[in-house]
Amino acid sequence: MNSIFVICEIDEGKVADVSLELMTKGRSLANELKCKLEALVLGHNLKGVEKELFPFGADVVHVGDDARLDPYTTLPHTSVIVELFQKEQPQIALLGATTLGRDLGPRVSSALQSGLTADCTSLVIGDHEDKKAKKEYKDLLYQIRPAFGGNIVATIINPDCRPQMATVREGVMKKEVYDAAFKGKVNKLDIDKMLKPEDLVVKVIERHMEKSKVNIKNSSIIVAGGYGVGSKENFAQLEELAHVLGGEVGASRAAVDAGYASHERQIGQTGVTVRPKLYIACGISGQIQHTAGMEESSMIIAINNDPNAPINKIADYVITGDLGAIVPKLIKFYKKNTK
Amino acid sequence: MGLKVIVLAKQVPDTRNVGKDAMKADGTVNRAALPAIFNPEDLNALEQALRLKDRYPGTKVTILTMGPGRAADIIREGLFRGADDGYLLTDRAFAGSDTLATSYAISCAIKKMDGVDLIIAGRQAIDGDTAQVGPQVAEKLGLPQVTYAEEVLSADKSKMVIKRRLERGVETVEMPLPGVITVNASAPDCRPRNAKLTMKFKHAKTITERQGEAEDYIDMTADRPYLNIAEMSVNDIESDAKWLGLTGSPTKVKKIENVVFQAKESKRLTPSDDEIDELMKELIANHTIG
Ligand SMILES: Cc1cc2nc3c(=O)[nH]c(=O)nc-3n(C[C@H](O)[C@H](O)[C@H](O)COP(=O)(O)OP(=O)(O)OC[C@H]3O[C@@H](n4cnc5c(N)ncnc54)[C@H](O)[C@@H]3O)c2cc1C
Ligand SMILES: Nc1ncnc2c1ncn2[C@@H]1O[C@H](COP(=O)(O)O)[C@@H](O)[C@H]1O
Repeated sequence: MNSIFVICEIDEGKVADVSLELMTKGRSLANELKCKLEALVLGHNLKGVEKELFPFGADVVHVGDDARLDPYTTLPHTSVIVELFQKEQPQIALLGATTLGRDLGPRVSSALQSGLTADCTSLVIGDHEDKKAKKEYKDLLYQIRPAFGGNIVATIINPDCRPQMATVREGVMKKEVYDAAFKGKVNKLDIDKMLKPEDLVVKVIERHMEKSKVNIKNSSIIVAGGYGVGSKENFAQLEELAHVLGGEVGASRAAVDAGYASHERQIGQTGVTVRPKLYIACGISGQIQHTAGMEESSMIIAINNDPNAPINKIADYVITGDLGAIVPKLIKFYKKNTK
Repeated sequence: MGLKVIVLAKQVPDTRNVGKDAMKADGTVNRAALPAIFNPEDLNALEQALRLKDRYPGTKVTILTMGPGRAADIIREGLFRGADDGYLLTDRAFAGSDTLATSYAISCAIKKMDGVDLIIAGRQAIDGDTAQVGPQVAEKLGLPQVTYAEEVLSADKSKMVIKRRLERGVETVEMPLPGVITVNASAPDCRPRNAKLTMKFKHAKTITERQGEAEDYIDMTADRPYLNIAEMSVNDIESDAKWLGLTGSPTKVKKIENVVFQAKESKRLTPSDDEIDELMKELIANHTIG
């Protein structure tokens, strides 16, 4: 059986968490398929990188270490991966749904004429029968992802083309050391032979990290806090809940006025209007100026210590009690029931 | 220095607007109730093109959309906002295309158009959220790409300098032309319709749309060629059928599950561990979270 490849990303000199999460997933898929798990790392000054990957069960770590591969640009990375994949013929290739993975993945899949499924939330091995063509497929990768703004969940397969490629967001899969003593092989790639001058036409002139802009409008999950949250410190708890759920933090005007949250997070008549899949209102009374900006959310959970808070009228779930105790429980039981 | 710019724009169902009324009694999405809109990030892409036109006189902005006949609305909307012309790529042969087959068809159409310096796509379309078509078109045309673009800082005939937004930072890159950029939602919003242009292009139609029109419409448009929205079918492009439509799509949808939302009667919970645990299980099971 051909191998499973994880295209690893380097973040601040180390293998990114999302890549290690995919290694864990890749290892369990490889065990199920009885094939090898191989990691691919491209960048510069990668000495010793295999030591980070072996404990995750990498049978082979392919390393392409060259100044022209760092900082990342699309074309040289694509060329190296396409050449390697043409030779190795992996059956599955996974990469993070990061800005890098979502730039590189489609380019590689187009060059190889293979399918790519973005932002999978679950990866499972399964069979498929094509009734029309009377063909049976064994051990395909079911690439499961939400689509249509999160309103449907689709299972995508890629019966005929290889590799079956998928991207997965950070935090979706669990990261777990497979065997701290695991040892695989290292394959050093001869990058010089793999790059063409025309791969180097895009130049990074400047790069600096800064806080990204808040974008609550496009978030499908919003954890919003009101005056009832009580302090800026308590808001951190909401941030944690939003983070584990993969959502953003929003706020009522009273919370913004009190300095608990920044203005760009204000929801309502004088803030932004949102229609997420899930809106968790914490310590928000639910005045009309606020609900005008969120009442079209598909599902609303209200957490309030006042059983008669107006927000409860438009909520699908009402949890009556102190948010300081409830929010940590949401985090705890979400974690308990996933992964 | 005029540039030839092609904007890739898609008509999509407004999946962000799946409010209560877009849900059927059984809790599934009523797709017919979702309005068809100009994909939001494609409007950001159009704005970048229009800014180049403002800055570099002689620049021509062409909208290219692939979709069913009604997707001509996207081209009209683009014309109202300042685009110069548009192409509707439409054919049964394209039905069932995944991103790869879409990119192939679009790249074949672009090869038929008379030269291009820059192709601008949206980062992603909200119906699939895949963000693949831009880079795949670039690959099919053998052009460099810059994704997540937020601003074109400078341009000349041979290269452009672009600011792009990464997860936790910004990058300034230089790309030679011709090339492809995909534009993020964090880029400036598109300008609104221009009243004069809306008057001018109100009657712009594709050849298919013209067929149902009365004679006075045909008379009116005879000396106004700009009212003709170009239509391209599979016969107008050079393509290999094996890479088009369903056949050309490596990915297949095996199964679709509707996410079922709760009916609008609130459930009251106490903050006990059991009830919170139960709630989380329910939300995960119906794919609201997780
Ligand atoms: C012209 C105009 C425009 C406005 N625009 C907006 C707008 O865009 N957005 C907006 O949000 N508001 C807007 N407002 C303000 C709006 O009317 C309300 O004042 C505001 O939404 C109230 O915010 P709140 O619910 O956070 O605070 P409060 O009304 O003070 O509610 C706090 C809630 O927290 C609960 N609570 C307290 N402690 C706890 C605890 N420990 N655990 C659980 N629950 C607790 C309380 O029971 C209460 O229900 C506008 C007002 C005007 C006049
Ligand atoms: N059918 C289409 N017609 C024109 N442009 C498209 C089409 N599909 C995708 N695009 C472009 O490609 C971008 C990414 O789309 P997607 O890969 O579907 O998320 C969109 O924002 C559009 O700019």
